[in-house]
Amino acid sequence: MYQFSGKLKMLAIALMILGALGTAYNFMSAPKTIEEAKEILAKQDAHHGGHEAATTTHAEEETHAEEAKVEEHVEATTTEEHEVAQDSTAAHVEETHANEQDHAAGEEATEHAQDTTAVHTEENTHGEAVADEAHETTNEAHAEVAQAHHEEDHGDAHAEHALHQMQNRPWSAFYVALLFSLGITLLVLAFYASQRVAHAGWSVVLFRVMEAITNNIYFVSAIMLAFLVITFMHGNHLFPWMAEGVVDPASPNYDAIIDGKKWFLNTPGWLIRGIIYLAGWNAYRFLIRKGSLAQENGDLSLHKKNYNMSVIFIVFFMITESMASWDWIMGIDPHWFSTLFGWYVLATFLVSALTVIALVTIYLRSKGALPLVNDSHIHDLAKFMFGFSVFWTYLWFAQFMLIWYADMPEETTYFLLRFNEYKVPFLGMVVLNFVFPILLLINSDFKSIPWLVIIGGVVILIGHYVDLFIMVMPGTVGAQWGFGIGEVSGLLFFIGLFIYATFSAFAKTSSVAKGNPFLHESETYHYYNIEHRGEDSNHH
Amino acid sequence: MSTNKVIHALYNDDDILMDAVKKVKAEHHHIEEVFCPFPVHGLDKAMGLAPTRLAITAFLYGITGLSVAVWLTWYTMIADWPQDIGGKPNFSWGVNMPAFVPILFELTVFFASHLMVITFYMRSKLWPFKDAENPDPRTTDDHFLMEIPVNGNEEELKALLETTGAVEINVVETH
Repeated sequence: MYQFSGKLKMLAIALMILGALGTAYNFMSAPKTIEEAKEILAKQDAHHGGHEAATTTHAEEETHAEEAKVEEHVEATTTEEHEVAQDSTAAHVEETHANEQDHAAGEEATEHAQDTTAVHTEENTHGEAVADEAHETTNEAHAEVAQAHHEEDHGDAHAEHALHQMQNRPWSAFYVALLFSLGITLLVLAFYASQRVAHAGWSVVLFRVMEAITNNIYFVSAIMLAFLVITFMHGNHLFPWMAEGVVDPASPNYDAIIDGKKWFLNTPGWLIRGIIYLAGWNAYRFLIRKGSLAQENGDLSLHKKNYNMSVIFIVFFMITESMASWDWIMGIDPHWFSTLFGWYVLATFLVSALTVIALVTIYLRSKGALPLVNDSHIHDLAKFMFGFSVFWTYLWFAQFMLIWYADMPEETTYFLLRFNEYKVPFLGMVVLNFVFPILLLINSDFKSIPWLVIIGGVVILIGHYVDLFIMVMPGTVGAQWGFGIGEVSGLLFFIGLFIYATFSAFAKTSSVAKGNPFLHESETYHYYNIEHRGEDSNHH
Repeated sequence: MSTNKVIHALYNDDDILMDAVKKVKAEHHHIEEVFCPFPVHGLDKAMGLAPTRLAITAFLYGITGLSVAVWLTWYTMIADWPQDIGGKPNFSWGVNMPAFVPILFELTVFFASHLMVITFYMRSKLWPFKDAENPDPRTTDDHFLMEIPVNGNEEELKALLETTGAVEINVVETH
């Protein structure tokens, strides 16, 4: 039986305390008034300074304006945007040819900055014919005018917008880490259920590991529940559709699009659905763990019962996982929707879940706690990491490319914002989640070498954290994003919680799922193509 | 060349065959060839055959396919005649890359799979009008045959093979 070492327990608790302190600090240091927000904005501007900054600010302004526009003019978006696109392009081309620098009347500049399509079309029309230099100068001129315009006309509106984003940041930082931890734990549970449903012969020796990891679901679910209730009570502004007056035609905040979706996007329904998801997942974890331990007496009718339970859970899980991804992630951008979003979220958590199983298994095996796990089991986990990394990329690209190709304004805004404001993480995660794992784990020998799997796994986990970060942050903090104390603290807290939950559960029972009819098959499992290097304690 | 003799030992079970192969290898006799009606897992390891490098060739072919696809899309869509087709950006290959990905993917797979299969045929010397090299027609149905060259140790080999459970042992002249 495995002993949860005092050192590891201390580490887990230290991480949790550190994370909690950092998160508290982050909440305290968020600006509370418009004046504070303005101060921060002024600091940011001063910090950028110089000529190059003009373009940066331009980009920022652009997205702000664009966001504001989407928020304000929802009803008429499509037609209006098309018109503006044409106008502004025409104007722009003329201007560029004339090479005027002081051309832009404030209105025009804002229009131009506002429009998503315009930016795109602008590139097109310029072609190779227009010299890059001319283009840049115009851009800068635009920036100056746009900025000036902004400061005069709605400097306050802008500061208020930025203030909301700054106030969202500590919430978002914590929320991303919370969702990441919940999602991974949930997908470990779903993978475990799938192994039972599929009568998998190889993975039985890993059952106790997966069960231990899913112990985490009680803790994160409790925190998630608290988060849902706080959000329901308007404790934060992460979900724009929950704002005051959004569905009231008399209110200046009225939003016809959200009004049209209020049969689904309403706070009581949202809270009740959330509670149902969490209750269902926790109930299955509780019952299957009990059933799995009871099965140690070798009673096959218990095995059948666990099987039936898992089949029901898989069906429940597939429905609730999709809906949870709409409620908790897609709801942050209520004007945007995507049909494959649920699967995309599933893929990102599934590959992370398999990675976590692999990492915990490798750690426990190195401590001698898993005598029956051999190199072939590690090889299989790494194969899953590899395969689902490709699957994630497939869904990511399918979503991106369809929207990029059709370039419909109401859909494109989603990626435009991410591409303008989050370029490095947005493109970087494709390298982390696809290029790196595919090149590292394609080799059959590498898949059973623990340290290579660990390197691949850490990169995959970082990549998928970034993925979730990019799903949540643009809609909540927009241009005010960063990766600082708050984000790191959120992660540390949930890593600590994960370690505590997992290893304390693993230490409670024997490490072998005795009584499972497939145990022997799993114990003697050998993938024909690899040499066992004898990392395991007593095989080969 | 002088005439060579080989021994054909026939077995009717793959487990017995595996044990026989291990025993013959343990006695340091060279096994020329083993004929089976179906793949026997672990036989290559027992015979001490070197692992295949087919997967490595496939990877290289895949890279070749990817390069061909990059060149094809770049040359036709960007360099040769960059038309405005439905507003797709065509100033550089990079800005229009997402539209090329389906082609990049398919050509990578196409090159990797087909060239690997052709490599397999060439290395295994397989082609449509090839004469079958079957020493005994029963090996395509329900018998396993181990072929061992004789170097003046015919009786010793025969005695060894008798102990491995062979159902039939023939000495055959080859030219």
